[in-house]
Amino acid sequence: MLSFIISAIRLGMAFLFGSTGETIAEKSGHLNLGIPGVMCVGAAMGCYAEYLYLDAAKRNAVSVLAILIPIAATFIGGALMGLLYSFLTVTLRANQNVTGLALTTFGVGLSDYMINKTGPIYTKGSKYFTTSLPFADDLGWFGKIFLSHGVLIYLAIIIALLTSYVLTKTRVGLHLRSVGENPATADAVGINVAKYRYAATCIGCGIAGLGGLSFVMDYLHGNWEYCIDAIGWLAIALVIFTVWKPNLGIIGSIVFGALYIASSYITGVSFAGKELFKMLPYIVTIVVLIITSIMDKKENQPPLGLGLNYFREER
Amino acid sequence: MGKENKKIKTVPFHIVKRDPMAWYYNLLIRAAAVVAALIVSAVFITLMTQKNPIEVYASMIDGAFGIKTNNVDLRALRIWSLLQNVAILLCISLAVTPAFKMRFWNCGAEGQVLVGGLATVMVMMFCGDKLSMPVLIIVMVLASVTAGIIWAVLPAIFKSLWNTNETLFTLMMNYVAIQLIAFFLKYFVKSGSGVLSPMPQFGLPIIAGKDYLLNIIIVAVITVLVYIYLKYTKQGYEISVVGESENTAKYIGINVKKVIIRTLIVSGAICGIAGLLLVGGTNHTISTTTAGGRGFTAIMVSWLAKFNPLYMVFTSFLIVFFEIGSKQVSTDFRIPNAISDIVTGIILFFIIGSEFFLQYKIVVNKNRKENV
Repeated sequence: MLSFIISAIRLGMAFLFGSTGETIAEKSGHLNLGIPGVMCVGAAMGCYAEYLYLDAAKRNAVSVLAILIPIAATFIGGALMGLLYSFLTVTLRANQNVTGLALTTFGVGLSDYMINKTGPIYTKGSKYFTTSLPFADDLGWFGKIFLSHGVLIYLAIIIALLTSYVLTKTRVGLHLRSVGENPATADAVGINVAKYRYAATCIGCGIAGLGGLSFVMDYLHGNWEYCIDAIGWLAIALVIFTVWKPNLGIIGSIVFGALYIASSYITGVSFAGKELFKMLPYIVTIVVLIITSIMDKKENQPPLGLGLNYFREER
Repeated sequence: MGKENKKIKTVPFHIVKRDPMAWYYNLLIRAAAVVAALIVSAVFITLMTQKNPIEVYASMIDGAFGIKTNNVDLRALRIWSLLQNVAILLCISLAVTPAFKMRFWNCGAEGQVLVGGLATVMVMMFCGDKLSMPVLIIVMVLASVTAGIIWAVLPAIFKSLWNTNETLFTLMMNYVAIQLIAFFLKYFVKSGSGVLSPMPQFGLPIIAGKDYLLNIIIVAVITVLVYIYLKYTKQGYEISVVGESENTAKYIGINVKKVIIRTLIVSGAICGIAGLLLVGGTNHTISTTTAGGRGFTAIMVSWLAKFNPLYMVFTSFLIVFFEIGSKQVSTDFRIPNAISDIVTGIILFFIIGSEFFLQYKIVVNKNRKENV
C-alpha cells in the first residue's frame, strides 16, 4: 500500500507539471493540443543535456549542476515548442487544434530521434533526480510519503501552488484570465493580448516539458519509454478534471497517478481485466467533464475564449 | 504638436484581411509553402545524414512510387500501398469533415475508427465460419457502422444537451477505445501473446485480383457522396449555417441540437467504415495501433483542404507521400524512423503557416508621418 501511494505521487507529479503548464496556456485562451509533443521534446532535451553533461564532467559531476542543467534544457526545449505554437496561432492566426496536433506529431518524432542518438537508458543521470533527504526513511510512513522524493516532485508542487497564486491573486493573473475569457475586452482596456498569449504558452510549455523529464528521470528511473505522449494526453485530461485549478491539480494528479497504476497493484484481476482498469482515468475525466457542464457553475467552466484566435479587426 | 506625435506608437506595418483571390494566386502561395517545407526538411535531413539532399528526395519518391527499382511487382506493390494509405486517410478525413464544418471539433476519429475495426474483427472472429459470405459482409458493415456511430454520437448528445466540451470528450473516447482493444486482445487471443493472427478468409472480397482496389473504390464513392451531401443537400446547408453562426441558425429555425447529433451520426458512420476497410479490407486483424494516428492526421488533412472533399484527395496524398517517402529515407540511409514524423511535422507547420498569407495581407505603413 505504501509503495502504491509513493508510486502514485511520483507518477502524478509528471501529470501535474503537464496540467499546470496546460492550465496556464488555456487560461490565456490557447487550447494547446501540442502538450504531448512538448512533453516528449522536453524530456528528450533534458535527457540529452544530462547525457552531455555527465559525459563531459566524467567523475567530477556536481549534483546541483546535474540537476539544474537538464531542468534548464527541458524548460528551454518546451518553451521553444511553445514559441512555435504561439507564432503559428497568434502571429499567423492558424487554427489552434490543427497547430497543436501538428506540434504533437513533430514533437514525438523529434524526441524519438534524439533518444535514438544517445540510447534510451539514462539511469546514471536519474540517480541525481531520485536522491531524497537522507533521514526520510527513518521517519516511518510519514517520511516515506512526504519526504522520500526527488527534487522534481517538490518542484511540481511548488510550481502548481505558485501558478495558482499568480492566476487568482495577482494583477498579471487577472490580465491573463481576461485575455482568455474575452480577448476583445482585454484589448479594449489596453492589455496586450498577443504578449500575454505568447508568454503564457511559452512558460506553460516549459513547465509541461518538465513533466516529461519527471516521468523519465524520476518515475521510470531513467529508462526511457516511448509512451510520454500518452502521459501528455492525460495531463490535458487532468486540466478538465481539476476544473482549471492548479492547486486542485496536486490532489487530482495523485488520483490520476493512482488510477493509472492501480491495475498493476490490484490482485485478483485477470491479465485482461487490467486493461479495462487502465480506462479509469479517461472515464473519470469524461464523467467530470459531463458533471461540470451539467452543473454549469461559472467558475468551473473552460475559459470562454478557449480555442479562439483573436484578431483585432475581426469584431 | 510635434511632441504629441511622438507619443503615438507607430508600427512599420499592419495586417488587413484580403479579398478572395484568384485561384492561381492561392495555388501559388500553397505551392510556395510546400517548396519551402521541402527545402527546410532537406536541410534538416542533410544535417542529420550528411547525404546529398537530392539523393534523399530520390529515395523519398522511390519509397512512394518505386521509381528506382526495375522489379515491376515491387513497384506495383508500392504504388498500390500508397493508394491504399491515401484512401484510408481520405476516408477518415471525410468522416471528420461534416463535424468540422459545423465547428464541432471531433478529435475522436482515432477511437471511432478503432471501435469500427473492433466490431468488424469480432464479427469475423465469432460469425466468420457460421455465416455465408454475403451475410457476413452485411453484418460486418452494420456492426462497424453502429460502433462508429455510438462512439461519435455520445459526445454529440452531451454537447447538444449541456454544451459539454467536445474536443476533450472525444479525445478521451480515443483512449477508452484503445484500452477496449487491448482488453479484447488479451481476453480473446488464447495464446496470451496479445497478437491476433490475421483472418484473410473472412475479409472483404478482393476484386480484379487487386488487394486494395475495393477499398479505393469505396472511398472514391464516399468522397463524391460527402461532396454532394455538403454542397447540394439541405442537411449540408444546415451544417454550414450552424458552423457559421449558431445564433443565425436558431433564428432561421434550424434545430441546432438535432443538426449536431445527426451530423455526428454521419461522421461516426464513415469512421466506422474506415475501421471496416482497415480491418476487413487491409489488415484482417486489429491492434491498438491499427488506426496509427490517422484520426489526428485526418483533422489536419480536412482543415488544410478547407473542408472541401475534392481538395482532400490532394492533401491526404501529400501527407501520405511524405510519410511513406520519409520511411523509405530512414531505411535507405539507416536513420531512425522518427524522421518521418519530423518531416510530416515540418510540412504541416509550413502549410498551416501559409494559410495566413491566403487570408491576410501585410500593408507597409508608408507616409505614416503625413497621415498623423
